[in-house]
Amino acid sequence: MEPVLTVENLSVRIAGLHILQGVSFPVAPTGVTVLLGRNGVGKTTTLRAIVGLTPRNGEVRGTIRMGAQSLLARPTYRLVRSGLGYVPEDRCVFAGLTVAENLRLAERRGAEAAYDRVFALFPELERRARQRAGSLSGGQQQMLAIGRVLLNENRLLLIDEPTKGLAPKVVTEVTEVLERVAESMPVLLVEQNLAVVRRLAKDAVVLAAGQVAWAGDAQELLLETALTKSLLGVGTGEPHRGPEQAAATGKDAN
Amino acid sequence: MGTVILLTLTGLGLAALYFLVASGLSLVFGLADVLNFAHGLFLGVGAYATWWAAGNLPGAGPDGFGFVLAVAFGVAAGTLVAVLVELVLIRPLYSRTIEQVLVTVGLSLAGVALLQATWGADARPFPRPEWTRGVTGILGAQVPNGGLLLIIAAVLVLGALLAFLQWTRYGLVIRAGVENREMVTALGIDVRKAFTLVFAIGGAAAALAGALGGVYFGTVSPGQGSSLLIFAFIVVVIGGMGSVLGSAYAAVAVGLLQQFVNYYGTSGLGDICVVGLLAAVLLLRPQGIAGRVATA
Amino acid sequence: MTEVKSPEVPAPPAAVPAELTPQPGRWHRVRPYLPLVALLVAAILPYSTLQLPGIFEGPLNSPGTLQLLAICLIFGGLAAGYDLLFGRTGMLSFGHALYFAAGVYGTDILVTRAGLPLWQAALLTITGGAILAALLGAVALRTVGIAFAMVTLAFAQVGAILVARDFGGLTGGEEGLPLDVSGLPDALVGVTNTVNLYWLALAYLAVVVFVVHRVSGSPTGRVLAGLRDDERRIGVLGLDPYRYKLVAFTLAGGLAAAGGVVYCLIVGGASPHITSSELTLSLLVMVVLGGPGTRWGPVLGGILYMYLDHRLTAFGTSDAVDSLPAVLSRPLSQPLFVLGTIFILAVYFFPGGLAGLTSRLTLLRRSLRLPTPRSPR
Repeated sequence: MEPVLTVENLSVRIAGLHILQGVSFPVAPTGVTVLLGRNGVGKTTTLRAIVGLTPRNGEVRGTIRMGAQSLLARPTYRLVRSGLGYVPEDRCVFAGLTVAENLRLAERRGAEAAYDRVFALFPELERRARQRAGSLSGGQQQMLAIGRVLLNENRLLLIDEPTKGLAPKVVTEVTEVLERVAESMPVLLVEQNLAVVRRLAKDAVVLAAGQVAWAGDAQELLLETALTKSLLGVGTGEPHRGPEQAAATGKDAN
Repeated sequence: MGTVILLTLTGLGLAALYFLVASGLSLVFGLADVLNFAHGLFLGVGAYATWWAAGNLPGAGPDGFGFVLAVAFGVAAGTLVAVLVELVLIRPLYSRTIEQVLVTVGLSLAGVALLQATWGADARPFPRPEWTRGVTGILGAQVPNGGLLLIIAAVLVLGALLAFLQWTRYGLVIRAGVENREMVTALGIDVRKAFTLVFAIGGAAAALAGALGGVYFGTVSPGQGSSLLIFAFIVVVIGGMGSVLGSAYAAVAVGLLQQFVNYYGTSGLGDICVVGLLAAVLLLRPQGIAGRVATA
Repeated sequence: MTEVKSPEVPAPPAAVPAELTPQPGRWHRVRPYLPLVALLVAAILPYSTLQLPGIFEGPLNSPGTLQLLAICLIFGGLAAGYDLLFGRTGMLSFGHALYFAAGVYGTDILVTRAGLPLWQAALLTITGGAILAALLGAVALRTVGIAFAMVTLAFAQVGAILVARDFGGLTGGEEGLPLDVSGLPDALVGVTNTVNLYWLALAYLAVVVFVVHRVSGSPTGRVLAGLRDDERRIGVLGLDPYRYKLVAFTLAGGLAAAGGVVYCLIVGGASPHITSSELTLSLLVMVVLGGPGTRWGPVLGGILYMYLDHRLTAFGTSDAVDSLPAVLSRPLSQPLFVLGTIFILAVYFFPGGLAGLTSRLTLLRRSLRLPTPRSPR
């Protein structure tokens, strides 16, 4: 199956620091592809590069394609309009605006906003429409952030650490929601919580030292405890390369 | 008692002037992070365009409907200049805030010099309707009508701005953009259109301040904008950048403080107290009275 | 225009330091001595009777020309001191004219009103200027970025008000305060002694350049540069950004006050226009035109700006401009219009200022040479 998104040889340098050095991976057209790696390895940088939000003192090289269309050097709002839904880290709801206003911002001219879908998934949002988003709980804010992107038809969702800082019960709720979302739409997910990964992920891409250290079936990765530990845990094992990545990263490792 | 009323109302007149300049500055800064030194230029353009129109534009004049037309012309000119400045000079430097500030600094120097070159450095008598020269008796105080006109205009502008921010789509985008501009683009909105819009709004309000300030002071001079601008900056910081309502509160506080201290203390002491107020606010509440939220 | 879009340019427009740009060829060995040569030339310049029509009105050693040059040198030094804040530490202060004005008015008041001898007045003024900068900086530096800019602007405005309202009858208000020269050393008084003031200004410039150079080369200077590039990184190292910034702010304030002392002698008094926010903005223009964060850029920017500011007034009233249609001649007779426009263009097209221009020309020269590598001639 054709991947919905292809990242090839992506390098990002911010303020002179090489954050990503030649990262390549595909995102499958169905299910959840999870981006894993330790803190500071460049997962968020990857998502932000895809959606065109690299800071001004940063530089992006490589190619990012959605179908035949190249995404690099296009302004964020156009990328988003062309079907890329982005849920940032820390949710970033507009705290001073009401829930309804937060949702209204995501409406687009000439497109029907799918309030039915959003309110079916998050009945809470409909009940709290007039409440200021800043006064919502962390879990509710996350629901709102996801709800905003579900208002429109998207070809791919980019979701950055949706369970960060949430209580265990809320983590389960968010996971269930994401599971239902992923049934109809591909998702590229950054997630630290391995229980969530186990439940959601179909494919996994592991970043280490600014490069792809492993790529393949997510459940397979989770079965290999030693490998998982060396890539994501405390140890510093030799990065192991998935077969299809060895060629891509080996070519430009410098 | 009469003195207190008079000082209050003239203080509010001053506050109205500050608010008209500061509200636009505050929105521009809150949304686009541009500290706009050229804002005083918009005021100057508004004042001179009104002055010019009253003398030269057919149908316009110093009185009655002609005066309204002259002011409308001035406001239109100020808006046009503001939009041009945003499109031509600010937009190419998108998100490079230091360079944007530098450009507006250059523009304020060059623009004021241009006004001076065209109409001379000296103050010119401003055309104004006869009734604005008079006074109205309010609770025993003889209040100049020009000041009352400013207060009424500022209240109308405040109401219109709040309604615009609260009830329109672009108002929503501006409020959201003041909070988190990046996230607005991440929802598929071209936030730069909103930049142009806030420049237009700011230019219009400043030009109105220029025209009505001309009526209030009775004269117009090229440097008028720059001297008002510093106090408008102070109002913006005290009120909280990006907050229209905060600007209104801060303008009233600054205007009244200045007027009362200048009257009961030494002339000039009020201005210094205002800076003291600024320092106090910054030390106690660095985000200003109303923080970074565009409405409340 | 590609330069403008380049994502490489750091937030404060700091250029490649000129001293790091490799210079090709035989100039390489002479280069370290160029500042000394320039200093020497500047020092013996008053012995020349050279006429430069169009550039200066009188011969080089005429008092008028020397005074203009002295003012230019002062502003060269002032801009270099301001660059310690803007170009080297990344602090956008809009109130630097305050410390310069404190130097001018301090000297003037202490000499004219209090009757102190010049050296005491100068010493007190410079110390006072530095203390003032330390106190106000201590408050202003609690804010960062644009808020800092506005607070410094507001403080400078207080200075302007104090001077204009003439509290206690000290400053002479709008009229200004002419310097009482009766108590001054003879060598600094009178038109014939303008040359001594010129040398004083030159010495001031040399001192500022030396101090700024030493500071930026010191460990403190490296911390300041770190603050400019990324303040958090300095915080992570366990260094207190506030303290370092306050040191820079105080030092720059003291240097500006010292410049004020010399300026007061050169123009023979104080006038309120030096307290205006316009002067602070001009300082910013000088530094950006010259090239922030470079050793010679701000100096050149300051000298050139002041020169143009003075000469453009004359140029504006010259026949050549007068004969132009009014649409052109009127704006051209306004120095600030011309300078402001040049400045805007410079922000767009020469982000590194004059100093960046030289390295860019070198690049251009090299790229032009590339097509014919080592062609024997």
